[in-house]
Amino acid sequence: MTAVLDTILQGVLLGGLYALFAAGLALIFGVMRLVNLAHGDLIVLAAYLILLIANTLHLGVILSFIIALPLMFAAGYVLQTGLLNRVIGNDILAPLLTTFGLSIILQNAMLTGFSADSRRLTSDGIETASLPLFNGLAIGVMPLLTFLAAVAVIIALNQLFYRTALGYAFRAVSDDPVTARLMGIDDKQLFGIAMGVALAVCAVAALFLGLRANFDPTIGPGRLIFAFEAVIIGGLGSLWGTLAGGVILGVAQTIGASINPEWQLLAGHLAFLVVLAVAPRGLFPRAVD
Amino acid sequence: MMNSAAPRFVIATRTPVSTVAAFGSAALILFLAALPFLAGRNVMQNMFFILTMLALAQFWNLLAGYSGLISVGQQAFVGLGAYLLFAWTILAGVDPVLAIVLSGAVAALIALPTSFLVFRLKGAYFAVGTWVVAEVFRLLLAQVKILGGGTGTALPREVTNDAVLVSWITHLTGARAAVARDMADYWLALILAIAAIGLVYGLLRSRRGLALAAIRDHEAASGSVGVDATRTKRLVYVVSAFGAGMTGALIYLSKARISPDAAFSLIDWTAFVFFIVIIGGIATIEGPIIGVLVFWLIQNELSSFGSVYLMLLGALAIVIMLFFPKGIWGTLAERFDLHLFPIRRRLEIVDRAGSPDDIDLRPAPAAHVHGGKP
Repeated sequence: MTAVLDTILQGVLLGGLYALFAAGLALIFGVMRLVNLAHGDLIVLAAYLILLIANTLHLGVILSFIIALPLMFAAGYVLQTGLLNRVIGNDILAPLLTTFGLSIILQNAMLTGFSADSRRLTSDGIETASLPLFNGLAIGVMPLLTFLAAVAVIIALNQLFYRTALGYAFRAVSDDPVTARLMGIDDKQLFGIAMGVALAVCAVAALFLGLRANFDPTIGPGRLIFAFEAVIIGGLGSLWGTLAGGVILGVAQTIGASINPEWQLLAGHLAFLVVLAVAPRGLFPRAVD
Repeated sequence: MMNSAAPRFVIATRTPVSTVAAFGSAALILFLAALPFLAGRNVMQNMFFILTMLALAQFWNLLAGYSGLISVGQQAFVGLGAYLLFAWTILAGVDPVLAIVLSGAVAALIALPTSFLVFRLKGAYFAVGTWVVAEVFRLLLAQVKILGGGTGTALPREVTNDAVLVSWITHLTGARAAVARDMADYWLALILAIAAIGLVYGLLRSRRGLALAAIRDHEAASGSVGVDATRTKRLVYVVSAFGAGMTGALIYLSKARISPDAAFSLIDWTAFVFFIVIIGGIATIEGPIIGVLVFWLIQNELSSFGSVYLMLLGALAIVIMLFFPKGIWGTLAERFDLHLFPIRRRLEIVDRAGSPDDIDLRPAPAAHVHGGKP
C-alpha cells in the first residue's frame, strides 16, 4: 500500500515539473497560436545558461537563476520580434518549419559549445533532502519545491492574464487580433513580450530540471513532447488544466516505471493517447476554441 | 445541360513543356536503369541514397504540401517498415523483395487506426501528435526482444547476399555477390522512386487530387460540394505511410542492420526530408527532385563538419522559409510558368461547334466538378 501511495505521490510531484515545461508552451499557443517546436531546447538552453553563470561568476544556483531570468526574457523578446513575428500567420508550415530549424540549430550549438556530457545544477544538498511523512513514506524536498513552483508560476500567469492591462491585451489579441489592432494594440510588440514571459518560465523549468536530474544538449525534444502531452491532456486554454495534465502524465510514468523501468516513457505516451481517444479536447477544455 | 450555342470547353492539363518533359523522363529512366552497367559501386550507393530520400520526400510532400497534414513523425512509418522487413524475412522467411511490399502494406494497415487518433489534433498539434506516435512505435519495438530489443539486430546472409534477386543478378552478370546486392538495391530504389512519383502524380490528377486541391483552398466550401475532407486526408495519410514503410524497408534491407534509435531517427527520416521538400519547393512534384540533389551536394560537402553542418542546414531552411517560401522549383515555376508534371486543370475554349457528344470533358472528375454552367 505504501509503495503504491509512494508511486502516485512521486508521479504527482513529477507532474509539477511537466507543468512547468508546459506552461510556456501553453502561453505561447494561447496568445499567438504558435506551437514552438524549439520549446524543449530553449528549456535546456536556459539550464546551460544558469550553469554558465554559476560557473563563470562563481555564484550559487539561485542567484544565477535570478540573473538568467531577465536574460531569457530578453532572448524571447528578440527571438519573437526578430524572427518568429515574420512567420506567424494563417499558414502553419512556416512557423513549424522555423521553430523546427531553430530546434536543430540550438541542439547542435549546445552540443558544440557544451559537449555531449551530462551536466546538472547543484545546490548544497537540497537535491537529496527529504521530509518524512507517515508510515515511512518520505517526500523529496526538491520534487515538492518543483510542484510548489509550478503552482506559483500558474498563479502568477493567471494573475498576469486576468488582473493586468497587459493580460487584457494578451487575451484581446488571442480572441480577435484584427479588432485588437483596431483598438490600438501593437500585437507584434505584445507577441515579443509573451515570448519573453514564456522563456522566463522556461528558465524556472530549467532550474528545477537541472536540480532534479542530469541534462545534456539532446534532451530538448523529449521535454517538448512531455510539455505537449500535458497541454493536450489538460485541454487547451486552461493553465490549471495543464497542471492536471502534467500530473496525469507524471503519475502514468511513475506507475509504468514501477512495473518495468523501460516502460516509463511508454506509459506516459499511452496515457496521452488514451485521453486523446476518449476526450480529444482534453480534460478541462475552454468553452470555445 | 449545355446547349449547342454555348462556347465549348475542354479541360486540359498537358502543356508543350510537359510533353517534352515526359519524353525526357522516359529517356532518363532508361539511362538510370542502365546505370549499374556504366558506373561503379560508389555511384550506385550515392544514387540509392538519392532515390530513397526522393521517395520519402515525395510521400511527405503529398502529406504536407498537397494535403496540409504537416507531419513531424514520418519516421514512425520508416522505422515500422524497416522493422517489418526484418520480421518478415527473419521470422517468416519471406523473400526480401516481397517483404518490402508486405512491410509497406502492414505499415499502411497500422496507419489506418493511428489516423483516427492523430486526426483528432489539428494543424501544428497534429504535427507534434505524429511525433508522439513515432516515439510510441520506437519504444514498443525496443521491447521486441526477438528483433534485438533496444540494441537492434542484423539481417542474415540468406536475406542479403544470398537472396533470390541477388543470386539472379550474380548469375546473369557474373558480378560478385556484394556488387550484385548493390545493383539489386539500386534497381529496387529506382523502381520505388519512379513508383512514388507516379503514384503521387496519378493521385493528384485523379478525382481525389481535385478533392485535395479543393480542401486545401477552402475546406468548408469543399465540403459543401460533396468532398469528404477527413476521408480524403485519411487516404493520403495511409498512402504516405505505405510509401514511407516500403522506403524504410528498402533502406534497411540495404543497411542490413537495425536499431530502434536509428530506424526511428527524427533527423534522418523527417528533418532531412523536410529540408529537401522546402528547399526544392513544397507542393510541386519537381521540387523534391531538385531538393534531394541540392541536399545530396550539401551533405557530400559538409556532413564531415557534424553538428556545424546540421546548424547550417537548420539555418538554411529558415532563410528559405523567410525569403523563398516556394523553394527553388516553386520560384522558377512561378517566374517562367514551368510545369513538368502539370496537375493544374485549365479550361480551353474549342471554337468548332458540334453536338455535346463531341465535347471531350475528360478527365471525368474534372467534368463533374466544373460541370453545369461553364
